[in-house]
Amino acid sequence: MRNNSFPGGIHPHERGSGKEVTGKMPIAWAQKPDMVAIMLSQHVGAPCKPLVKAGQRVYMGQMVGEPTGFMGAPVHASVSGVVKGIQQRTAANGAPCMAVVIENDGLDEWDPSIQPCEHPEELDKEEALKRIRNAGIVGMGGAAFPTSVKLAPSKPVDTVILNGAECEPYLTSDHRMMLERAEDICQGLKIAMRLLSAKQGVIAIEDNKPDAVESMQKAVQGMEGVRVQALPTKYPQGGEKQLIYAVTHRQVPSGGLPMDVGVVVMNVSTAAAVYSALKTGRPLIERVVTVTGEVNRPANLMVRIGVSVGSLINQCGGAKEGVNKLILGGPMMGMQAYSLETPVVKGTSGLLLMRDDTPEKPVGNCIRCANCVNACPIHLMPLNLYALYKRGRFERARNEHAMDCIECGCCSYICPSKLPLVQSIRAIKSELRKKSK
Amino acid sequence: MQQNLPKTSAWRVTSSPHLRARHSVSSIMLDVIIALIPAGIAGVIIFGWRAAALIVISVASAVMWEGLIQKAMKRPVTIGDLSAVVTGLLLAYNLPVTAPLWLPVVGTALAIILIKQCFGGLGQNFLNPALGARAILLASWTGLMSGSAFNAMVIGADAISSATPLAASDASAYPLWQLLLGNVPGCIGETCKIALIAGGVYLIVRKVISWRVPVTMLLTVFVLSWIYSGNIAGSVDSALYQLLSGGLILGAFFMATDYASTPVTPVGKLIMGVGAGLLVFIIRNFNDGYPEGCSYAILIMNLVTPLIDRFTQPKIYGEVKKHA
Repeated sequence: MRNNSFPGGIHPHERGSGKEVTGKMPIAWAQKPDMVAIMLSQHVGAPCKPLVKAGQRVYMGQMVGEPTGFMGAPVHASVSGVVKGIQQRTAANGAPCMAVVIENDGLDEWDPSIQPCEHPEELDKEEALKRIRNAGIVGMGGAAFPTSVKLAPSKPVDTVILNGAECEPYLTSDHRMMLERAEDICQGLKIAMRLLSAKQGVIAIEDNKPDAVESMQKAVQGMEGVRVQALPTKYPQGGEKQLIYAVTHRQVPSGGLPMDVGVVVMNVSTAAAVYSALKTGRPLIERVVTVTGEVNRPANLMVRIGVSVGSLINQCGGAKEGVNKLILGGPMMGMQAYSLETPVVKGTSGLLLMRDDTPEKPVGNCIRCANCVNACPIHLMPLNLYALYKRGRFERARNEHAMDCIECGCCSYICPSKLPLVQSIRAIKSELRKKSK
Repeated sequence: MQQNLPKTSAWRVTSSPHLRARHSVSSIMLDVIIALIPAGIAGVIIFGWRAAALIVISVASAVMWEGLIQKAMKRPVTIGDLSAVVTGLLLAYNLPVTAPLWLPVVGTALAIILIKQCFGGLGQNFLNPALGARAILLASWTGLMSGSAFNAMVIGADAISSATPLAASDASAYPLWQLLLGNVPGCIGETCKIALIAGGVYLIVRKVISWRVPVTMLLTVFVLSWIYSGNIAGSVDSALYQLLSGGLILGAFFMATDYASTPVTPVGKLIMGVGAGLLVFIIRNFNDGYPEGCSYAILIMNLVTPLIDRFTQPKIYGEVKKHA
């Protein structure tokens, strides 16, 4: 088992994985939104500079925000219509963010300057990277790292891993993409391997999705150096470092990047987006979002970037009684939305409604059961870091490798005392980051 | 057109993860209690109703002390976590059936108030509370806790037996199957090995305890006794006889695996098991005063637990030598 996975991790499936709800539902087209809010910060880098003004008419696919830094990615209008203004919206992490708000005219009139490309595989490297950057493609698994930066590493890369693990409970958007867009995913992988001069391509999928494994196996037939690898179902199997270890047995050095061990990891949906952007010339303006949990009609929806989460809940039949949590992403690492106005961004893979009615209890004692030590995929000692956090000993926590925490949440999940373990490590990290500034 | 949208004012905002495992401290303690029940039933069958009285008094007084001291210290009362019940059971299991009925009341006071709550309560105690209390009782009321205190009628015997298996002069008095079944003199909960092993296996299967401590501890005693005596069976110091005598199996599964007072790291657990096994062997074989060593072996290992944890921290993913 160790040969095909990583040590540690958890099985957050006691109540079922939640994936059975939407796993068999084909991707459906969402209703056309009346209004979209295109966030100017949908990537890890600095926010975009808006390129449009209130009252201006924009085409679908027109760039409305340009990146201001190397780690940025442009944002585009996902509908055609009139710009209502640059307004503030609350991002999923609770931070305010400016957004270009566009009233949809319902015509879906594409930007006429968009040129399709017959043979994207023949584009030269520079040109392909430029087009990927201009299409605004970022990692769609949630981290939102600009793909054009990822595909131009400063170190040699021999392996491209496509992440189809989708280890978060409830989410099925990547699953459906692998069933319905397998060809695009393979073409995207081919392009990535060519741009990186990588010899090996691996599509890694958790074995709770045998149909996806089969679908991708069929699609990669005849592709040189490409294989599909089924991985044990265990969270966080889709964590970048865990995935790299499971597939290549290499360990990304502490504080380093996957390219330090010759690997680039890309989400399967991102690979499909790369291919379709190069082929059609159209930027990334839509994605699949799994709307699930305590909602009346769960679905995998192809939605326009910028649609509000409230309108998505609305078209899925509304929320069930007693919903008090609305999570963007999965239940393990997803962020809780504060507002129904919060728009879908490029990294939004799911919209999960939950009813949390466990009584709030005072925090108990750590009983030293060692569950967190056994579960941590980085082999940290969360119980010690929690104790250091409580005593404010942040420098000591740095020596105990707090900065290496990937915040997967295994420790908090498994803790029988329900201690806020990962939450305290997050607080340590933010404290240490402040200090080093 | 607006359907039932959640009211944002009623939202419970938390940071991830938004899922938590179902188990809790009380469910874990309940598992330990379930695992201890067979040995308790066996103890009552073997030693009679007085054993049941001691167990009930011990559990009741442990819970009472926990509630009283927490009230007195103005801390939240946490008797619902069932940890005091476990301490009460373990203390009773470590008493001879002849013990006066007040002894467990004193013992649980020492365990709960002195060893557990004075050091911060659940998870903070540096010693196993039941074992620490037992050691104090043994030192304070030696006559009530050892030697002739074990002179009691056991089921299936014709007369009051006079010596525990470890204090016996030769191995012929107690065949191995009898040691396994437990109708021999000893503490209430330690004699029936089959019941204890069943409970221990249950805890390992339920992932409440790790196999690392009990397996290494039992193996260490077995191997060292085999080397020392040269025998698998047939003499008091032989490997199987040592394995099935005294408090070793109770200690290995239920005391040396105590969360608070034993290491949390995987390697640390192995060291705990080997160290405790080694000390059991040494105390049992190289000490004339007292035939049993399991309690002290575990208590000594409890004391070095912080050190073990410190030096056995797992190597983290991607750890590289600085300035390499």
